Amino acid sequence: MMFKLAWRNIWRNKRRTIITIVSIAFAVILSSLMRSMQLGSYERMIDNSVRFYTGYIQIHKLGYWDEQVLDNAFYPPKGLQEQIESLDGVEAAVPRLESFALASFKTRSRGAMVIGIDPEKESHLTGVEHKITEGSKVGLNDPRVLMGSGLADYLNMKVGDTLVLISQGYHGVNAAGKYEYFYGAEGLLTAMAVVTDQPKDVDDVREEILGDLDTTAYEVMGWKTMMPELIQGIEIDNISGIIMLLLLYLVIGFGMFGTFLMMTKERLYEFGVMLSVGMHRSRLQLLIFSEIVLLAILAVLAGFALSLPVINYFSRNPISLPEEYKTAFEKFDIEPIYAFSNEPIVFTSQAWVVFFMALVLSAYPLYKIWKIDPVTAMREGR
Amino acid sequence: METVTDKKIVIETRDIAKVYHDSKIAVQALRDVDLEISEGEFTAIVGPSGSGKTTLLNIIGGLDNPTAGTIKVAGRDISKLKDSERIDFRLHNIGFVFQQYNLIPVLTARENVEFIMLLQKIPVHEMKARSLHLLEEVGLKEKANVRPSELSGGQQQRVAVVRALASRPKFILADEPTANLDSASAANLLDMMARMNQEEGMTFIFSTHDQRVIDKARRVVTLEDGIIKSDEVRS
Repeated sequence: MMFKLAWRNIWRNKRRTIITIVSIAFAVILSSLMRSMQLGSYERMIDNSVRFYTGYIQIHKLGYWDEQVLDNAFYPPKGLQEQIESLDGVEAAVPRLESFALASFKTRSRGAMVIGIDPEKESHLTGVEHKITEGSKVGLNDPRVLMGSGLADYLNMKVGDTLVLISQGYHGVNAAGKYEYFYGAEGLLTAMAVVTDQPKDVDDVREEILGDLDTTAYEVMGWKTMMPELIQGIEIDNISGIIMLLLLYLVIGFGMFGTFLMMTKERLYEFGVMLSVGMHRSRLQLLIFSEIVLLAILAVLAGFALSLPVINYFSRNPISLPEEYKTAFEKFDIEPIYAFSNEPIVFTSQAWVVFFMALVLSAYPLYKIWKIDPVTAMREGR
Repeated sequence: METVTDKKIVIETRDIAKVYHDSKIAVQALRDVDLEISEGEFTAIVGPSGSGKTTLLNIIGGLDNPTAGTIKVAGRDISKLKDSERIDFRLHNIGFVFQQYNLIPVLTARENVEFIMLLQKIPVHEMKARSLHLLEEVGLKEKANVRPSELSGGQQQRVAVVRALASRPKFILADEPTANLDSASAANLLDMMARMNQEEGMTFIFSTHDQRVIDKARRVVTLEDGIIKSDEVRS
């Protein structure tokens, strides 16, 4: 009967209950959308950044990340690539040898990053073959190189021209020839990048790799360690988003408090009667708390019901930015879209906030009941 | 003047005084009130507004504490009970009927009657049977499933009395139960309470200045300025 009583009590003043539910639901919708867009942007930003180059996990010779020179390359243990690819949650292991060189063509030259890749494996990570604007994709034993369009433009090179690279090879050998022979680094890698099926698998996969590797010889790094600036940037942006949400919830919190205040004031006489006839204060408090929780549940569910289809739609169909913004976004290697996240945390975090607010705000009616004197309540509540 | 001494005393007050401190003024609501009420009485506490009727009823009902004196209900000094003990004491020993808004508006008549029994943790089957039986006794069986807003004032007060009775209290305190009722409803309610008093021996104590109630009472305690002015027992 107590549940029945709580349920009926919240519908005693239908209009006020509906206004309260709508206002909380509206806040849940707004904050879910805001949060979904924010988290979706971060996911997209991380995915873009990670897939642009580093991958979610990299294996190096111990100390390579602090001193990224060719001399810190390593001979991958036999079967490493296959072993990693056999792990749960791993899509591919992508071998790389990278260093720097002076790239020249005719009278122009420029410092350039030179990366030796396995084109087939690389397609799992950077999808480099989809980014070719001129010419065709290169194969494993291909005599051709793939050049960034910026560098090609700078050197005034076209497809079919011959590029000259000058650099220092592994342990001081003169760099000459092609591919790994250029650096005198046959069979060596500077990194083995790992592509996971899901970004959330990173920590588990990293732990598994660490378990199989000699950690005195190798280091296994996650993208968060390799790209701290990205994390910091996201964290700073995230704080501003959270402040916006707090302001929104502050406004809604006052609305909720108003409802709870009215709920308490207008039922003062009734509380007095209930205490008089033998209802314990704790039981009355539980009743009022149940009403508040029920109200919060209804509001959160209404908010979810309305925001879920919208967020689901936009997570599948991100909003494309107008043409004028595209260049600016592309400059930072970010896709010119507003992506939405439909991760459960988008919704659960709103639910927790509303319930936490309800919990805090319920302190007033609960305190009032604790202190109430039945005679005074019946006199004042009349 | 006849006194009731042959029956068990359920309420006993000795030198009860109550002083309210309203701002800086002390208001003496009751002074030296000695009163004994035995089981089976049908007593009206009467007097003009401000005479201390409601204060005395609140003290007897354990809703308020006297400033001085002792109050024993069913042999227990209730002024010494802790808040939660006192709530329990009221739940199991005293039935209340208030002047207005007595019932819980979102519960049906039957649920209102069952509410106190629910607090007393009476088994559901017993609770349901008793509520229906009592409502039938007061002619409200047909209204068992309607909410108070669909009942007349008189019907609401009858449900309130039934609710008070349902907890099997030692006595029922009714604070101006007929104040908001028309003559017919008041008479109906009074007849019902008188019948329960005579047939079941339930003790009723009213505070009232309604002549209809006073006429029905078998004992009339008159208060004036917080003092018992007269205590008349009628045959």
